[in-house]
Amino acid sequence: MHESGCAAFAPFAESWKTQMRYVKPESFEAASAVLVAEQGIARILTGGTDVLVMLKAEVVEPDLMVDIKHLPGMRDIVSEDGGYRIGAAVSSAQLGEHAGVKAMWPGVVEGAELIGSTQVQNRATMVGNLCTASPAADSVPALVTANAMARVHGPDGARDVPVVDIPIAPGKTSLLKGEFISSIYLPARPDHAADAYLRFIPRTEMDIAVSSAAVSLELDASGTVTAACVALGAVAPTVRLVPDAGAALIGTKLDAAAIAGLVAAAEAACSPITDKRGTIEFRTKTAGVLAKRAAHIAYSRAGGKT
Amino acid sequence: MKMIPVETTINGDRTEFLCNSDESLLDVLRDRLGLTGAKEGCGTGDCGACSVTLNGRLVCSCLVLGVEVDGAEVETIEGMADGEMLHPLQRIFIEEAALQCGICTPGILIAAKSLLEKNPDPTDTEVRYWLAGNLCRCTGYDKIIKAVQKAAAEMRAA
Repeated sequence: MHESGCAAFAPFAESWKTQMRYVKPESFEAASAVLVAEQGIARILTGGTDVLVMLKAEVVEPDLMVDIKHLPGMRDIVSEDGGYRIGAAVSSAQLGEHAGVKAMWPGVVEGAELIGSTQVQNRATMVGNLCTASPAADSVPALVTANAMARVHGPDGARDVPVVDIPIAPGKTSLLKGEFISSIYLPARPDHAADAYLRFIPRTEMDIAVSSAAVSLELDASGTVTAACVALGAVAPTVRLVPDAGAALIGTKLDAAAIAGLVAAAEAACSPITDKRGTIEFRTKTAGVLAKRAAHIAYSRAGGKT
Repeated sequence: MKMIPVETTINGDRTEFLCNSDESLLDVLRDRLGLTGAKEGCGTGDCGACSVTLNGRLVCSCLVLGVEVDGAEVETIEGMADGEMLHPLQRIFIEEAALQCGICTPGILIAAKSLLEKNPDPTDTEVRYWLAGNLCRCTGYDKIIKAVQKAAAEMRAA
């Protein structure tokens, strides 16, 4: 569940390493200011389920740890303009206990709830998962298909950035120095809309996705798809939005031709690697299968009947 | 190194300690406070041997910094028995031989207690999923699941 990779060889590191500083800034502005001022390596602490593993493994040895989970709204889920704003320190467990979010965005919640054990669920956050920027991040594909927005705080104030634009490469985000995410906004939904997320792992749970797919659909009253978003995980350097796969479903009731179009577009969008979890061929094939199954689940949740 | 003062509540007792910024809650409990019930298995949040509750939530204490528990409430295995009176889970784990080497047992007991507070009548599958983050290399888990269910039944009847 925690991808550690290899620590760089650092001879005599202990002898000259200074102690990590831990700060709890009193405001978003103060948090940004300490991040801007830091000359060394800074990390944000919310759930800690990735950052503290990296700290322990000496993969990352931060000079500054900025704990932001006490700041206003960080642990809150609040209704906003018909959707929900989810604080950056809301745990997966807390998200899963929220009936409103679960009803409106079931795929987002099931992605977040697939991460780790009960213990990890009680600490891990979607924003942390997003900022760790793993291609296999389970909570990200459904945030992408939800058109979720990340509120980014920085030295020049706050701005809203589509979640899809946050990860730019494995382990790298588009956030600039001094910036951090304070919340995620999940927009309002019309009637007859739902999403779903599925991943393939070789065991029952507690593993990293070999491939994954999220699908979000909106239907009209007759069950015809009017809007469709498809995103794939673990088949490219970042979670990938696949507009062609969504387009294949629009105007249909998920008939065989539409599903064939979805699968073909999903497979065509894959550019995975072969590693110990799966080959290029296996990842590509399963991504298409998962997209198909997730589309059927989302369709059924949205009230459509095939 | 400059140590950081932390005030917290552990098993209902107000507690103060000094720790380093990068020290885990597990290391604080074991090495500074003498609470050695929580064990270090993996140190990376995979095995659950260090499970405690933090503000009522089950967590791995190896993935919490000591400094993070300032103002928080922590419950450890040391707070589970009432004096000499074992918690039903503890007593039934012994009666049902739901442990062998015992390293995973404090974490599993804390996790099982946390489950039964949330769900007093779980299915076997729910117990298995809830305890999926608590690894045991001795028992094969069956006796653990049976002991949790027997304790749950007794606690429901009480």
